[in-house]
Amino acid sequence: MQAYLARRLLALVPALFFASLIVFVIVRLVPGNVIDMMLAQNDVGADKLSRDQLIATLGLDRPMWLQYFHWIGGILFHGDFGRSLWQNTPVRELLGARLPVTFQLGFMALIIALCIALPIGIYSAIRQDTAGDYLTRSFSILMLAVPSFWMGTMVMVFPSIWWGWSPQVNFVAFTDDPLQNLKQMILPAIILGTALSAITMRLTRTMMLEVLRQDYIRTAWAKGLSEPLVVIRHALRNALIPVVTLIGLQAPILIGGAVIVEQIFVIPGMGLLLLDAISQRDYPIITGVSLVIGLCVMLINLAVDLSYGLLDPKVRYR
Amino acid sequence: MTLAIDIPATSGKTERNGVLRFVIRLFREKPLGAAGGVIFILFLLCGIFADVLAPYGMNQISPRNRLMAPSWAYPFGTDNLGRDMLSRCLYGAQISVIIAFTAASLATIISIAIGILTGYLGGKIDLITQRFVDAWMSFPDLIILLVVVSVLGPGLPQIIGTLGLLLGIAGSRIIRSAVVSVRENMYVHAAQSIGASTGRILWRHILPNIMPPIIVLFTTRVGTVILAESGLSFLGLGVPPPTPTWGGMLSGSGRTFMFQGPWLALAPGLCLTIVVYSTNVFGDALRDLLDPRMRGSR
Repeated sequence: MQAYLARRLLALVPALFFASLIVFVIVRLVPGNVIDMMLAQNDVGADKLSRDQLIATLGLDRPMWLQYFHWIGGILFHGDFGRSLWQNTPVRELLGARLPVTFQLGFMALIIALCIALPIGIYSAIRQDTAGDYLTRSFSILMLAVPSFWMGTMVMVFPSIWWGWSPQVNFVAFTDDPLQNLKQMILPAIILGTALSAITMRLTRTMMLEVLRQDYIRTAWAKGLSEPLVVIRHALRNALIPVVTLIGLQAPILIGGAVIVEQIFVIPGMGLLLLDAISQRDYPIITGVSLVIGLCVMLINLAVDLSYGLLDPKVRYR
Repeated sequence: MTLAIDIPATSGKTERNGVLRFVIRLFREKPLGAAGGVIFILFLLCGIFADVLAPYGMNQISPRNRLMAPSWAYPFGTDNLGRDMLSRCLYGAQISVIIAFTAASLATIISIAIGILTGYLGGKIDLITQRFVDAWMSFPDLIILLVVVSVLGPGLPQIIGTLGLLLGIAGSRIIRSAVVSVRENMYVHAAQSIGASTGRILWRHILPNIMPPIIVLFTTRVGTVILAESGLSFLGLGVPPPTPTWGGMLSGSGRTFMFQGPWLALAPGLCLTIVVYSTNVFGDALRDLLDPRMRGSR
């Protein structure tokens, strides 16, 4: 187990190297005139001095490879992601403040997605080809097609017209008022979660159908075990591994969706930080956020791989 | 030489029969998927003939008819500038069609290029490319899109190029795995042993045999591209206004007027959902009929 973990962590190194390279190169594609645009957009004044200052702050006056090593070295050795161009706050501080919010949103969405997907997926499988099965399956394909920003917009507009109710937009941190915070986060989490639940539901159904046809399930039935026992203990545990893998694969979709949901409900998470940084062309923040998101996705996938051992006693790490 | 002339003539005929037979099979075995295909074709036609179909111009302002509820004159209502929502939705379909087809084609071509080369050649190139694809896929699509568009600025070519590259790299996995499974077939070994060049083997032996996953990949990409573009437009980084896009119509200045005219929120969202839904069920049906191995993957 430890050797496996060590090897997996080691394998993260090249992945992170490529990821940092991608982020770095994309942002360094900034054509020269974008600097003028930045100056014009932000009313810094397009005089010669601030232009040179800006180029120096961005580190664009040095060769590309040197810039890269300076940037990655800062992150690796000092945890230094640079400073925001306009607010002059360290990007690390901003990330530290925003990451927990997005994490909470994502976690709540995931729980909601599982609460929807697992029971319905299981139901759909054990009652295969009944009206309920068709209904839930059509629903899940439909959920795949509804864009979360449309659902979010409707939730903002219609309850307000019909009942004069609208979601609160002043963000309250979980540490300040947990109840208020949960009340505020539940709606965005539901929207994010239902979008996520669709694929999970489909896979749960497919996997359950496959497992329910196995010999050991027939044996379990033959022993006279009750339906819940057969379904939950014998079938579900064996069907769950691909479902968990899928959750790992969906991590990027979850985070991407969080950007949009945060924008609609004005939740100050990583997504809103990124969007604000993009509108201000605050490149150190953009690179920082992207890299941290990439790292999060990789760590989530690692955690998913490690969870196989807990779920499936047949899995041994070597 | 006569043989070479004869073959395309006959194979062209059987191919046409094959397509017809496939369509009949699609309707018989996958009625929902076939319905999706029909809606998908309608969407295409709406996009292509938007100029003819739209009753008003896409930016034709009529101040007297601001925020009119849906009626016979304006089936989808009008927005805060008195522009007809039906016309704007039709022109929005046009933009979606343009972006969806160009970006999905670009993505598929990139996927094929990367997938075939790495899958067939294998070795170190494959290993390094796969690690790169891993890293690339650990960034959410939307994040890469946002970052690139923030660097290049919003606009049609930027969005098409980025979406094409983005989905192209991600999709190369599917093509690669198809190539790996085809690579070991007897006819490939036979071609290798008679000294056929790599290019010829890839073109004549590998490519035709991975067509089913390619077609499926393309169809699913169309839906993905439409959703991604609308998300980007919703965030204000898509095709800039006043060009109507489905995502853009749900965002920006229109949002404040939705409380007075809720139909503003309904029409573009419904268009998006219906089109994406129909491409999804159509893609699923194609996948089930063409490539049973890919069932359950997305």
